[in-house]
Amino acid sequence: MKIVVTVKQVPDPNLNLTLEADNSISREKEVVLDPGDECGVEEALQLKEAHGGEVVLVSMGPERSKDAIRKGLSMGADRGVLISDPQLAGADALLTARVLAAAIKAEEPDLVICSTESYDGSTGMVPPMLAELLGLPQLTFAKKVEVNGSSVKVNRQTSDGYQVVEASTPALITVTAGIAEPRYASLKGIMAARSKEIKQIGLGDLGVDKGQAAETIEGVVDAEARKAGAVIEDDGTAVDRIVQVLAEAKVL
Amino acid sequence: MANVWVYAELSQGQLTSTSLELMTKARELGDVAAIALGSGAKNAAATLGKHGAKVVHVNEDAAFDEYIAEPATDALMSLHEKEKPDLILFSFTPDSREVAGRLAARLGAGLISNASDVVAQGGGFVAKVPYFGGSKLASMKANNKPAIVLVRPKSFEASESGGTAEVKQLDVSVADQSKRARITERVAEASEKVKLEEAKVVISGGRGLGGPQNFPMLEDLANALGGAVGASRAVVDAGWVPYSMQVGQTGKSVRPGVYIAVGISGAMQHTVGMKASKIIIAINKDAEAPIMKMADLGVVGDAMKIVPALTAAVKAKKKG
Ligand SMILES: Cc1cc2nc3c(=O)[nH]c(=O)nc-3n(C[C@H](O)[C@H](O)[C@H](O)COP(=O)(O)OP(=O)(O)OC[C@H]3O[C@@H](n4cnc5c(N)ncnc54)[C@H](O)[C@@H]3O)c2cc1C
Ligand SMILES: Nc1ncnc2c1ncn2[C@@H]1O[C@H](COP(=O)(O)O)[C@@H](O)[C@H]1O
Repeated sequence: MKIVVTVKQVPDPNLNLTLEADNSISREKEVVLDPGDECGVEEALQLKEAHGGEVVLVSMGPERSKDAIRKGLSMGADRGVLISDPQLAGADALLTARVLAAAIKAEEPDLVICSTESYDGSTGMVPPMLAELLGLPQLTFAKKVEVNGSSVKVNRQTSDGYQVVEASTPALITVTAGIAEPRYASLKGIMAARSKEIKQIGLGDLGVDKGQAAETIEGVVDAEARKAGAVIEDDGTAVDRIVQVLAEAKVL
Repeated sequence: MANVWVYAELSQGQLTSTSLELMTKARELGDVAAIALGSGAKNAAATLGKHGAKVVHVNEDAAFDEYIAEPATDALMSLHEKEKPDLILFSFTPDSREVAGRLAARLGAGLISNASDVVAQGGGFVAKVPYFGGSKLASMKANNKPAIVLVRPKSFEASESGGTAEVKQLDVSVADQSKRARITERVAEASEKVKLEEAKVVISGGRGLGGPQNFPMLEDLANALGGAVGASRAVVDAGWVPYSMQVGQTGKSVRPGVYIAVGISGAMQHTVGMKASKIIIAINKDAEAPIMKMADLGVVGDAMKIVPALTAAVKAKKKG
């Protein structure tokens, strides 16, 4: 079974995000493999361990995204593909999906695994667009994946429980953070990753033209922030204060 | 008048509340046609009419209930060929967003995701999109026709405007090749008495509760107030409570009259899902926790002591 996992490099979620002068999210700080995609890599590795095959990581981003791919390779993935091109700076979801689709098509995978949404973009739009462009069914919000021959089955998280969703491969899956605890890369894994292949390609190699962006950013303002109210120590009267607020809000 | 579509999401035959929220905005922006697919579509059409839809395109083929995204995408595509809408509004919910993504890719059009508002401007549409944890608001002008915008739940209030929609049968036969990702079973894990999204009071617990054994304490308070219990992602990921209770960026958005955050620090990804609440009360050991800076009332203290005392006081007040 051949599995492609899409992986994105994002600002480290453990550090606070900062903004550039033009209000875009700064990418100059520490960057890491998206924690959601790390779960995707882990799930792919578990499927490979159970069924055999190959795990290929595909990313679009600046050249240093190689570090994110390398992280996945040190966990145990087999090789990587990075699409890097100055023209792709600021690419929107559709352009990202078109670029990833072109690169993934060449791999002819049985499964494509994405995360439900990225840490920084959070549009959740790349996976469904990718599924459409690749002509694949989509099994989304998976908290469990089972492969049986050429059929795949996921438990799809919903607002009140889950659905069991089934399809034949090839198919695209998105995984939630709860699916699998990502493994730590072992020293041996880190050493081995150094010699694994990361193929770097540009837009021209894929025959994708940039097209028009879906939107133009006209301006950015500070959102209305809530003001802090009273902060009180619990000196025995706190419960009365809360009851008073509940009564004023007419919920009591 | 602009020709505005609302993708009315049905969940097991029921119109979702977010679909009606979209109607409030849509009827302000133009003539509204809603599209309702799957079992319950005809029933939904009457409700959509009352909320301002002039036309509702319906099709009750079971394929729309059974298969993820693709049949609905086919239906919208075929209607799009005839009607050429100016704007299509979707809810930013799991089921709708997959249809929106596939449709935008098929149209080669792109879209604007995660918006909190849409306004008409210069013959086109501008969406307001919160980002950077909701502390910034970007104005994004849609460059395509149709403009496709996904709107976060709870961005608008649903309200009836009176009226009756013309119901039109949407003529589409779902191709076999679109019947692929099939829902074979539905399992409900949550059996809340009061729905989290609709509750007038929400009491959410976080890691500060110490463990799942302390969640019943919040249930007691919720029962006393007629509210619902929510949670932070930290405790959902830890397996203390099911995902259906998660509030925040990757969980539910709520805007109750009162939100009580118990042992929750107030990370941006949590507050983006609750900061539209009318009144916020925080109970936290740490006076410096970020939640204290946005709460109307912040109580610095131990939740284990305050919550039971509060529940008792609420019960006493109700009796007296
Ligand atoms: C992509 C992404 C998406 C995310 N989506 C969400 C989301 O949808 N929803 C969400 O909630 N989070 C989300 N998060 C996680 C978020 O960043 C925080 O990690 C999480 O909200 C923290 O949960 P918490 O407040 O329960 O835990 P903590 O941050 O650990 O806070 C616990 C609090 O409890 C207090 N406390 C401890 N003991 C007591 C006591 N006895 N009495 C009173 N107070 C006490 C502490 O002072 C502390 O403030 C997301 C993160 C990422 C990266
Ligand atoms: N530039 C990218 N390179 C590789 N994968 C991506 C990229 N952008 C998005 N993805 C994938 O799509 C998922 C959802 O991203 P998004 O649509 O931005 O929320 C991510 O978690 C990745 O798996």
